[in-house]
Amino acid sequence: MKRKGLMVLPFALWAIIFILVPLGLIAWYGITVEEPVAYTEITLEDGTPAFRLEDGTVQTQEPWQKKAVISFQNFKRMVEPTYLRLLIRSLKIALLTTLICLILGYPVALILTGKDFKHPTLWLMLIILPMWMNFLLRTYSWMSILENSGILNSWITALRNAVPAIDQWFTARGVGNKIIFLYNENAVILGMVYNYLSFMIMPIYTVIEKIDKSLLEAAADLGASPSKSFIRVTLPYSLPGVLEGITMVFVPAVTTFVISQLMGGGKVPLIGDIIQNQFGKSSDWHFGSSLSLLVMVVVLAFMGGLQQIDKDEEPQKEVRIF
Amino acid sequence: MKKFAVLFVLALCIVSCAVAEKISVYNWGDYIDPETIKMFEAETGIEVEYMVYETNEDMYAKIANGKSSYDVIFPSDYMVERMIHEKLVQEINWENIPNIVNIDSRFMNESYDPESRYSVPYTWGTMGILYNTGMVKEVPHSWDTMMDDTYNMDMLMLNSPRDTIGIALVMCGYDLNSTDDEALEAAKQLLIKQKPMVLAYVVDEVKDKMIGGEASVAMVWSGDATFCMDESDELDYVVPEEGSNIFFDAICIPSNAKNVAGAEKFIDFLCRGDIAAMNYNYVGYAIPNTAAIEIIGADEYNASPVNNPPQEVLDKCQVFKYLGEDTKKYDQVWTEIISEY
Repeated sequence: MKRKGLMVLPFALWAIIFILVPLGLIAWYGITVEEPVAYTEITLEDGTPAFRLEDGTVQTQEPWQKKAVISFQNFKRMVEPTYLRLLIRSLKIALLTTLICLILGYPVALILTGKDFKHPTLWLMLIILPMWMNFLLRTYSWMSILENSGILNSWITALRNAVPAIDQWFTARGVGNKIIFLYNENAVILGMVYNYLSFMIMPIYTVIEKIDKSLLEAAADLGASPSKSFIRVTLPYSLPGVLEGITMVFVPAVTTFVISQLMGGGKVPLIGDIIQNQFGKSSDWHFGSSLSLLVMVVVLAFMGGLQQIDKDEEPQKEVRIF
Repeated sequence: MKKFAVLFVLALCIVSCAVAEKISVYNWGDYIDPETIKMFEAETGIEVEYMVYETNEDMYAKIANGKSSYDVIFPSDYMVERMIHEKLVQEINWENIPNIVNIDSRFMNESYDPESRYSVPYTWGTMGILYNTGMVKEVPHSWDTMMDDTYNMDMLMLNSPRDTIGIALVMCGYDLNSTDDEALEAAKQLLIKQKPMVLAYVVDEVKDKMIGGEASVAMVWSGDATFCMDESDELDYVVPEEGSNIFFDAICIPSNAKNVAGAEKFIDFLCRGDIAAMNYNYVGYAIPNTAAIEIIGADEYNASPVNNPPQEVLDKCQVFKYLGEDTKKYDQVWTEIISEY
């Protein structure tokens, strides 16, 4: 028993230093605000004016020190419509992203696990490979593709110049010289779907792959059509993978700030952008921490909800086919 | 033998203490021609301990906690003001800086140091409009360009609360540093009205986008404008006639400096024409040093629109003041603007 305790130690230390302490700091910053310290003006023996601070220290410089005071004013500020609207927008975009990833990702996972599919590992590799590149780099590539002066627009221009009919078609629909693809919500969603899609495919693939093939064979033997055995066997058994995929996409999507800044050109700020501003430009760590706590609560609630589904929908031990 | 060794060590110590007069300089990264430091050391025999920082706030934190001591620092305007207020910098004895005569009087006595008692301007720059000469119909001499629907979805604004709201305040006829609610509300309404016409709110990306021809006009800092104009011949820069923000990086001596005399020598050295010219060529920011401009060649120096906005425009330019807690108001207004949809 003692041995086991010792083996847990590195992880326990890790958890304390890198999880508990930072969380505690965020919580502390979140429930406090900075206020200037109180002081009294005094005169030193040699006649120079000085300041005595609350804690008794004496200095000749005018006090600039701040102290943290517990206050809930940041929480009051947080529920102002401005911030709530941003939160709702972030949730909306994250949910849409998750949904699109699911619609695109599930069939991919299904096809990859199909028994007639050749070289699934190779294809899986091709899906994972882009993830080895830094996601900033990948997002910048999307920008150079979609920009007004980007690759896609230059192709369209070339095509319009080459084929008058296409040009007329575009002109008739009131399309100007350039099509603005970037700098809107759709561009942000595209950026997110691209970056997070593989997080959806992987867990679903892993789960479907592990489904006992004899179950499907049994279903077929007993006369179930492929679509029926999919609905009755594959789908319920793949649900844990789906839920994990949803979590893996939704959580980073609701907190991201870089993708929205780059693809949305700063016009589609999400709650993550506002939090980042608090730690950067506005250097208000307290409000930034309060907002982070809010997002954490939302994510926790979301994951709690998912777990509930997981419990309810757990496939029964005996599979009913008819 | 032992005695001799002790004596030797002592002697060495005395010699080294006597020889190695030191100053410690704390500057922005890449903000001085390293050659000039070597020249200073060779000329004066004073050793320069050179360190760099990334932001004013980094530097401020180090000075304010009092644990580290520097002899020369390079704060920006609002930070000079704050450090004077908090008595973190000391008055400079101008008798020991004869080269101060090289500094253009237009750039002395700025509001961050009204009587120029604490600081020497080192470089300066402005906020203005970078435009693509092939894409605009006329030179955008006014900030109204940024409200002109000719440039609908064809303009870039800065994603920076203080700068963008500041310019909006100027457009509404208020002071660049206003913090009263009425002025901020007017600026906010203006920027909300402008928002549908703005292609994107950017910071560093503005350089890539303007060089690539992504938009016709953009609000930029003159430093970025210089970079873009070096890369593309299509681009030009103008400071709008309603006035704008002018910013300085200045040289100061912290209150707790150990070697004030050495610091004064170094500051005087930096004000020398040939040295300021070397630093201009290295750093590329506009300089307030007339002797250096003569050495560079006034024609060459003034050829860059970044270096010589018309005097009447310059007269209307103001520096940012340190706003303390009121900075939060700007953040609030900014969030309200960008979250509008």
